Amino acid sequence: MPAAGGGRAGPGPLRQRGARRLQGAPPASPPAPRPPAGWRAALGLVTVLSFASRFHRLPEPPHVCWDETHFGKMGSYYINRTFFFDVHPPLGKMLIGLAGYLSGYDGTFPFQKPGDRYEQHNYMGMRGFCAFLGSCLVPFAYLTVLELSKSLPAALLTAFILIFDTGCITLSQYILLDPILMFFLMGAVLSMVKSNSCADRPFSASWWLWLSLTGVNLAGAMGVKFVGLFVVLLVGLNTIHDLWDLLGNLSLSLVMFGKHFLARVLCLIVLPLTLYVAMFAVHFAVLNKSGPGDGFFSSAFQSQLIGNNLHNVSIPEHLAYGSVVTMKNLRMAGGYLHSHWHLYPEGVGARQQQVTAYLHKDLNNLWIIKKHDSDTADLLDSSSPVEFVRHGDIIRLEHKETSRNLHSHQHEAPLTRKHFQVTGYGINGTGDSNDFWRIEVVGRRAGKLIKVLRSRVRLTHVATGCILGSSGKTLPKWGWEQVEVTCTPYVKDTPNSLWNFEDHINPKLPNISLDVLKPSFAEILLESHMVMIRGNSGLKPKDNEVTSKPWHWPINYQGLRFSGVNETDYRVYLLGNPVVWWLNLFTIGLYLLIAISTAVALKRGVQLTSELKELSRVVLCGGGQVALGWLLHYLPFFMMGRVLYFHHYFPAMLFSSMLTGITWDTLLKFFSRFLSPTTTARKVYGGGILALILLITYSFYLFHPLSYGMIGPMASDPSSPMAGLRWMDSWEF
Amino acid sequence: LGQTFDRMLGFLKNPVVVTAEINVNLVALTVMGLISRLWGLSYPRAVVFDEVYYGQFVSLYMKRIFFVDDSGPPLGHMLLALGGYLGGFDGNFLWNRIGAEYSMNVPVWSLRLLPALAGALCIPLAYQILVELQFSHCAALGAALLILLENSLITQSRFMLLESILIFFILLSVLSYLKFYNLQRHRVKYMGLFTYMLLLAIAGLHFWHMLGDWSLSNVSLLCHFLARVLTLLIIPVAMYLSFFYVHLTLLYRSGPHDQIMTSAFQASLEGGLARITQGQPLEVAYGSQITLRNVLGKPMQCWLHSHTNTYPIRYENGRGSSHQQQVTCYPFKDVNNWWIVKDPGMQQLVVSNPPRPVRHGHVVQLVHGITTRYLNTHDVAAPLSPHSQEVSCYIDYNISMPAQNLWRVEIVNRESDTDVWKTILSEVRFVHVNTSAVLKLSGASLPEWGYRQLEVVGEKLSKGYHQSMVWNVEEHRYGKSQEQKEREVELHSPTRMDISKNLSFMAKFTELQWKILTLKNEDTEHKYSSSALDWITMDTNIAYWLHPTSGAQIHLLGNVLTWASANIAAVVYVCLSLWYLVRRRRTIYDIPEDAWQLWVSAGQICVGGWVVNYLPFFLMEKTLFLYHYLPALTFQILLIPVVLQHLSDHLCRSLLPQSMFSALIVAWFSSVYLVYHTFSPVSYGEPLSVAELKALRWKDSWNILIRKQ
Repeated sequence: MPAAGGGRAGPGPLRQRGARRLQGAPPASPPAPRPPAGWRAALGLVTVLSFASRFHRLPEPPHVCWDETHFGKMGSYYINRTFFFDVHPPLGKMLIGLAGYLSGYDGTFPFQKPGDRYEQHNYMGMRGFCAFLGSCLVPFAYLTVLELSKSLPAALLTAFILIFDTGCITLSQYILLDPILMFFLMGAVLSMVKSNSCADRPFSASWWLWLSLTGVNLAGAMGVKFVGLFVVLLVGLNTIHDLWDLLGNLSLSLVMFGKHFLARVLCLIVLPLTLYVAMFAVHFAVLNKSGPGDGFFSSAFQSQLIGNNLHNVSIPEHLAYGSVVTMKNLRMAGGYLHSHWHLYPEGVGARQQQVTAYLHKDLNNLWIIKKHDSDTADLLDSSSPVEFVRHGDIIRLEHKETSRNLHSHQHEAPLTRKHFQVTGYGINGTGDSNDFWRIEVVGRRAGKLIKVLRSRVRLTHVATGCILGSSGKTLPKWGWEQVEVTCTPYVKDTPNSLWNFEDHINPKLPNISLDVLKPSFAEILLESHMVMIRGNSGLKPKDNEVTSKPWHWPINYQGLRFSGVNETDYRVYLLGNPVVWWLNLFTIGLYLLIAISTAVALKRGVQLTSELKELSRVVLCGGGQVALGWLLHYLPFFMMGRVLYFHHYFPAMLFSSMLTGITWDTLLKFFSRFLSPTTTARKVYGGGILALILLITYSFYLFHPLSYGMIGPMASDPSSPMAGLRWMDSWEF
Repeated sequence: LGQTFDRMLGFLKNPVVVTAEINVNLVALTVMGLISRLWGLSYPRAVVFDEVYYGQFVSLYMKRIFFVDDSGPPLGHMLLALGGYLGGFDGNFLWNRIGAEYSMNVPVWSLRLLPALAGALCIPLAYQILVELQFSHCAALGAALLILLENSLITQSRFMLLESILIFFILLSVLSYLKFYNLQRHRVKYMGLFTYMLLLAIAGLHFWHMLGDWSLSNVSLLCHFLARVLTLLIIPVAMYLSFFYVHLTLLYRSGPHDQIMTSAFQASLEGGLARITQGQPLEVAYGSQITLRNVLGKPMQCWLHSHTNTYPIRYENGRGSSHQQQVTCYPFKDVNNWWIVKDPGMQQLVVSNPPRPVRHGHVVQLVHGITTRYLNTHDVAAPLSPHSQEVSCYIDYNISMPAQNLWRVEIVNRESDTDVWKTILSEVRFVHVNTSAVLKLSGASLPEWGYRQLEVVGEKLSKGYHQSMVWNVEEHRYGKSQEQKEREVELHSPTRMDISKNLSFMAKFTELQWKILTLKNEDTEHKYSSSALDWITMDTNIAYWLHPTSGAQIHLLGNVLTWASANIAAVVYVCLSLWYLVRRRRTIYDIPEDAWQLWVSAGQICVGGWVVNYLPFFLMEKTLFLYHYLPALTFQILLIPVVLQHLSDHLCRSLLPQSMFSALIVAWFSSVYLVYHTFSPVSYGEPLSVAELKALRWKDSWNILIRKQ
């Protein structure tokens, strides 16, 4: 902006000129900015439009669409109180479950696969709840932009972009986590912006309100998906910047600074953490019945679930020879010691039977404890006396299904090359001396008995001195993607190399009711997080599979089929309104240009009028915050190894839309300044914004069938109503 | 410039000791460095660790055979090869096993010379960098000595490995930037890129401060800006390209990695595919006999194939098949890979005169040359990928399964919609006319009944572009024989005609660059691989070499004390900086402004260098080794004297603590030397007894090889 650089006017006349200009101009840059007139009416308008667009044809299609099969099912689990495992934190699914419960859904629909008809089941409560949260995004974005730019047209432009984006509409209309996540995310951003603008009256009621609301929303965002971490990062950076400013304000005493600091710690760290922990407490309190997720958790945890075989368990307490047992690894999300009729492939150690760790309960997890030197035939004889296994004994473990012994030798383990391979060896229980293991209990003296569930056991290979452990690495396809089991020569007591006995069957011993040590809540919390992180990193794309790449997203390269494939189906296709998305993409480049030139101009000390100063403030501070949000919600995906989908971009898209509103408003304001009579300037400015809004509305009119459903020929067929609209070959509608 | 010159002249006029002293320091350090790195360089006369890997490439350079290595751009390999070239190496050595004895024709000394020289020169470079950072000669000397006595750097420099060259160029570029001379970035491995980014960022920051200097005019600023763009962007890019140019010029013969590249690239190499494809007709016409190669090249390169065997009526899992002739993808050249392009409207299988070329969008039939059956797909689940359609060669069993053998040719890399289908150059999708399925290599390999060949399917839900759905014509000739018998003879005879195709350098460069970046070695974990977190505390080591009989062995093991001190220095630096920053914000200035500037600029280089060379490894999914940490470590070591000098200058103000501090430093330095001395046998490979070896195992996680009696 070199145009303003010529005038070297003193500060006095400059301010006067600015003041004079102010009287005629709309209230764009008053010294103490106040919301522009009419903002309430506009807010009402966009809210009504937003709700109308999201609730229009909400019941259609009346069958399970796309990921509803997961999240609807998980909502049902909450209603039935069945324990399950998912890679996301529980809040989103809990809210879905709650919405279903309140609207009279009884949790009986199986949600088996996409396309299943709902019939008489009441699904509208859950869809309505998601649509409600999705509709709130528009007013949130509107208020955020209004706060950042103090400009009604900018806020309106953003609101219309979001109202008329087919992608946002589609994503809000189904039982998914995304509308919930985005609701909390935008809530956090709005509260953050609001509390920033309360900075001039710290510790007032509204300041406290917005600050704590930020914290609440952060907890919400984190509680729905771990992607919420990015908005936590955004708020964190903003807070650090804020505190840094306060620290540099020498009129503020250190005590006052301390108060500021503590207030933020309280509202932005303590409060969200408490809420986050609380929602897990609710999660575990509600899900108290055994279900499909049990095997992922430790024995102690499982004993808490009604219906699990460890709940109020009654089994023989002390381990004896001849007992049939399962062994569970003590690391977080460690599996059961497992073997099956498959050999290690050629080139991976010796070609003997695989031994792995497996997370699900299965008959192949059963092992028989035998003496190292005698066979079991006599042990099973009911007349022979029971002989208990003692700490320090040398034993042999025979796999019940395949009758092979747990075996190790000095071959490299398949993945952890520094460890030894563990195999199943021998026929019908006859093997060699490499099948001998010394059993020891951590912290116990020699000769003591070994307790089921409670004893933490270590198995030492007698011949090589290595210790049986699970490395936690997933084997490739030949190992059925189960977890590697190795024998580690490094003698360390890590949970990786410790095991406990879980099931215990021995008809000769009396069953005793056992109170398993109850895990503390902190342990449960930590354990569930480890399991979730493992699960997330396990979602890897397969070879030769076409996956969505992050660079596809901003160009709207390819959508997602929500429902229907063929011509006769009711088809819904998640795809952004291309006009909106390409405008957003273009604007990001434009913004970069404007921001750099503004920053350079300021750094070069170009003299600006107060109006221009305000504009540059909006560009650098307001726009900067939003652009940072976009970066934080987009760039990390480039580094993720897990499978990615198109809908991961939508949080970033919200930020990008806000940036579009701010940038175009600023740009139009800047250029209309050069037009001499103010009336023309205002006409050009208003006309520009109006044209953009009309363009977006028209494009929505063209593309609305993507969200509201299409029946009939595909777009590649010239007779289809969407025929001219397949602008990219990669779109499949 | 004139002033500097005057000053230099001034030094010449007055032979004061100051300049001489620096030189003596530098010369002494360089000599010591050379001794430590070059001493007994040709011992052991055996392949040491990754020499087995880089050696292959040196041999290939000597023989001018093309190869692809994903570890980085070719400069490093070329420098190693230069050593071989100067030593007169003929490339005849089988690099198959670590520990193998070198034969007499391998010039071990000259092969190892360049890395060792680079390693030795790092020592004076470290000295110079600290001097340029405005630290005292004492601190600079300390930094150089620490590098000198770092066992891991010694070990890594003494063999035919790339790290020491990488570190040398990194330090050189830092020094050059500091000296504000023309900065020339060289790249050996891609890790150099991160240091380059750091320098770009620092240069950007400096320029940003310059923008704030209102005394400079806009024009002079623009000149400054352009000069930086030239030195920091254009020259490095040009050099980068030139390395590839030399690489591609040197390696013009076909070799073991040909199959990774596209057919077009292969055809540009001497021997190999070029021998076959030279002079083929360019435009595919109706009646052409072709082989079709899948563009993906994974899990291996293969050609569309069919043979007389049929799909089994029922698969193991009970699903049924069409029982028609199998179509697979076969990784070897075979007469059954030949297909004939046929016009659906005509019967003839020869090329008419003049030939009628096939264009984008044309519908064709593909006839299998030997069996004369038509490529077909239908709504039957494929054997291993039940979500896709089975592809077969159609046999008319007279049951209600009509032939669906029409395929639309879509040229993916077309320039216009009327493009002709070209041999080698065109990448083509075959879209089935009836079902819109796309011919695709699924990547799974068939069981026994399919001879373990790769499965080919019709993909119904073709989501966008994927290379597994794209094919190109590799071998091609115009069919002449209408009779089946004659045609078989024709198919068996090799193709040979005469035209040549040359790719431009830029096309070759882009392809090679892309392959290097996307190539993924399917290596499982190596015995000595480690995770990035192990490196800070050196919880891991690498056994490089073991003497077959005596206990002599070489390990990559660092100087434990130096590593620990470097970690402490980094922590102290960060804590002190935070403390200063917060205090300065409250306008409390603990140290003078110029000392603060020094502190900041040293941190930018040393801590920044450590961060950019270390943290990226946490995001990488490749197999990691301890030696990847060495560039980062070098920067961290440079930080030790920086912190020490700062502490002694600003925190030990009175005399007594200062002398105590100096005494401590001397004691610490002697211990560094002691540790170096203790571990030098495993750095240089001197024979050790079992007891001595056991005594060296300071950490349980170190893997020191102890022979069993």
